[in-house]
Amino acid sequence: MKINRKLFPYVLTLPALLVCVGILIPFFTAVYYSLQRYNLKMPHMKGFIWFDNYVSIFTDPSFWNTIKVSLTYTFFTIIIELLLGLGIALLLAKRNWLNNILGVLLVLPLMIAPALASLIWRLLINPNFGVVNYLLSFIGLDDFTWASHPDTVLFTLIMVDVWVFTPFIMILLLAGLRSLPRQPFEAAELDGVPEYYKFFRITLPMLFPFILTASLFRLLESIQQFDIIYALSQGGPGESSMVFQVSAYLQTFQYTNIGKAAAMMVVLWAICYFLCHVFVKQWHKLKIKTKGELLQ
Amino acid sequence: MSHSKMKSAIDSFLKGQLSRRDLLIKAGRYGIGFAALTKLMGLQVTSALAAQDFDWKKHSGTTIKLLMNKHPYMDSMIAELDNFKALTGMNVEYDIFAEDVYFDKVTAALSSGSSEYDAFMTGAYMTWTYGPAGWCADLNEFIQDSNKTNPSYNWNDVVGNLRDACSWSGVAGDAPGAAGSKQWCMPWGFELNSVTYNQRYFDKAGMKPPGDLVEMTDQAEWFTKNSGSNDWSYGIGTRGSRSWATIHPGFMSAYANYGLVDFENNGGKLKAAMNSQASKDFHKQWVKMISSSGPANWSGYTWYEVGNDIGAGASAMIFDADILGYFFNGNPDNKEAGNFGFHGFTPNPSASAPTPNVWIWSLAMSNFSKKKDAAWYWMQWCNGPENAMAGGVKHNQVNPVRESVWASGDFDDKIRGTSPGYMEQYNSSIDGSKIHFTAQPLFFETTTEWAAALQEMQTGSNVDETLDKLASKIDRMMKDVGLA
Repeated sequence: MKINRKLFPYVLTLPALLVCVGILIPFFTAVYYSLQRYNLKMPHMKGFIWFDNYVSIFTDPSFWNTIKVSLTYTFFTIIIELLLGLGIALLLAKRNWLNNILGVLLVLPLMIAPALASLIWRLLINPNFGVVNYLLSFIGLDDFTWASHPDTVLFTLIMVDVWVFTPFIMILLLAGLRSLPRQPFEAAELDGVPEYYKFFRITLPMLFPFILTASLFRLLESIQQFDIIYALSQGGPGESSMVFQVSAYLQTFQYTNIGKAAAMMVVLWAICYFLCHVFVKQWHKLKIKTKGELLQ
Repeated sequence: MSHSKMKSAIDSFLKGQLSRRDLLIKAGRYGIGFAALTKLMGLQVTSALAAQDFDWKKHSGTTIKLLMNKHPYMDSMIAELDNFKALTGMNVEYDIFAEDVYFDKVTAALSSGSSEYDAFMTGAYMTWTYGPAGWCADLNEFIQDSNKTNPSYNWNDVVGNLRDACSWSGVAGDAPGAAGSKQWCMPWGFELNSVTYNQRYFDKAGMKPPGDLVEMTDQAEWFTKNSGSNDWSYGIGTRGSRSWATIHPGFMSAYANYGLVDFENNGGKLKAAMNSQASKDFHKQWVKMISSSGPANWSGYTWYEVGNDIGAGASAMIFDADILGYFFNGNPDNKEAGNFGFHGFTPNPSASAPTPNVWIWSLAMSNFSKKKDAAWYWMQWCNGPENAMAGGVKHNQVNPVRESVWASGDFDDKIRGTSPGYMEQYNSSIDGSKIHFTAQPLFFETTTEWAAALQEMQTGSNVDETLDKLASKIDRMMKDVGLA
């Protein structure tokens, strides 16, 4: 069967178009529901209320707390995971049998579902029989409150997130490090350039596109984190670890308030879109800058 | 020969003419083991039902599907299910989910209008959502129809408070069971929230179970302060997770015992009452108790942690579901199994009796079922007197919802034999037990917010201010749906 030359490009784009439609249908459905008073347990009240759901959530102090907690969680997980991931990747960059084995072992936490990792950590930090608490007791910290107190709950959640997802950053950056061209490093070695100078002026600039890509992936994952937080704190104590996904989950499944949950998810989408846009723009700028620096 | 003699002995037992001990002696004489005896009993009950003037075979060949939560009640139903199949010729399929995800599954199945499931397990509170939304059927239509309900089914044998608790008019503020209520579900098994304590620890401390909330606080503090060289870690176990499930057991039972209410009802308009002065005083006492002598990671405590801790000997007592103590007491895998005492608890020194808030595992029928009549056959069998008795005596259907089971000597023997004090706890508590919450559609929102506020207070927030904030938040939520 011969396909018309004019039609051929459209046929090629068809699968992408189908995927796009598959994504857009739920998106527009969510937007549609977000404009309605739609609570499953009060079907008689269903109807268009336009932006009332948005007004309701933006005038609720709890929602601003949710934004603050979500962004704080995202910021710290990305920064810590990047620093640790980069550090580990640098240590493992040289290929030898030990590094190869360590590389495989360090990826193991990534293979555990985040919800399961949270349950493992729940046991580890249990004040009655947890191993971590037992070890901490030697330095007088056996009554550390972990996820049970507003002052320490975010630290605990971020710690578990870092434990699970640092290997992800490490893998990406290790692949990036091993793919960097050797010539600039060889030239620097011949010139007797100090190690810190090599790192900050050669390694890091060339690695930046990888760092940005890894950060973007983690940003999207982190700001939508549910499993770890729900399994460890359910958003508590009080509102101290309430993030978007947990809040929307409660609105949907426990309160059956579909309209409000959809409005929250649309706001989350807008935040994600904005942050991604900033990241991608920076990525392009850095790519150009990195090429320029290398050419100089 | 011995088989027919045994059948006649079982007949006498079922008619109440023979005690369980005599039945077991006869079985031993005829060389019949316990497993074979229970099987024979099941067959005999089935034959008795089949002999009724009721067409049990009407839906023969029909398959119904159930949505069930993993629970000992469900296990006891499954153990007897072959008898139902033999009685009706029907087939029963079921999906079982762990409690963590169970209610999400129910919400998803019902809200989609799916006809996949014909009947499901639920809690009475959930029907305040499912009923008005039109997701579950009004069972009055079936219970009152003698063509659909077998003559020995005796709805009035089900404990009155529980029948009421499973019905509601759908009007916010109307009491469950008030005039115009629809029967959204039928009770299947229930929990009274009482005190389960470690008898060994209390004996060592020279204490008796607490007489009121202040004494409970003092005792719990003593246990916590003296935990160092002893087996226990802390004094009192209660739930603390950020969930509605934290409010309904011990907390609400004590709250109601002080005569406190969650809402003031002004002609159908509800106003949050958690910030009344009496309520603030109560909260201070509760928070003091949890902060000084609850588990260190209290804000993560669900029924599971509360039960595990008393079972493992970490806590000296719990104020939670009585069946939690019962199951953990009877499971030899638990370190402290067999050491528990049960106590009907009256937190308010001025109150005359306990007022436990009840949790009722119930059976409901999906309104989207295409086989409602067939599903009703299963429901009336499952909740019927014969199966309730089998569940209570042969299996672990504790607490049964039928008066006849509680009155049965065999059930009494079984409970007293395994958990001394349990019957006394039940008898002292049952009259004051009911759902003490105001029935209203935002039950889960308001109680989850309440639990979150409790967590804030436990971690140091000012009680008065937190409760004022909670009440105004709840009033705003009620106003949004036209209920304030």
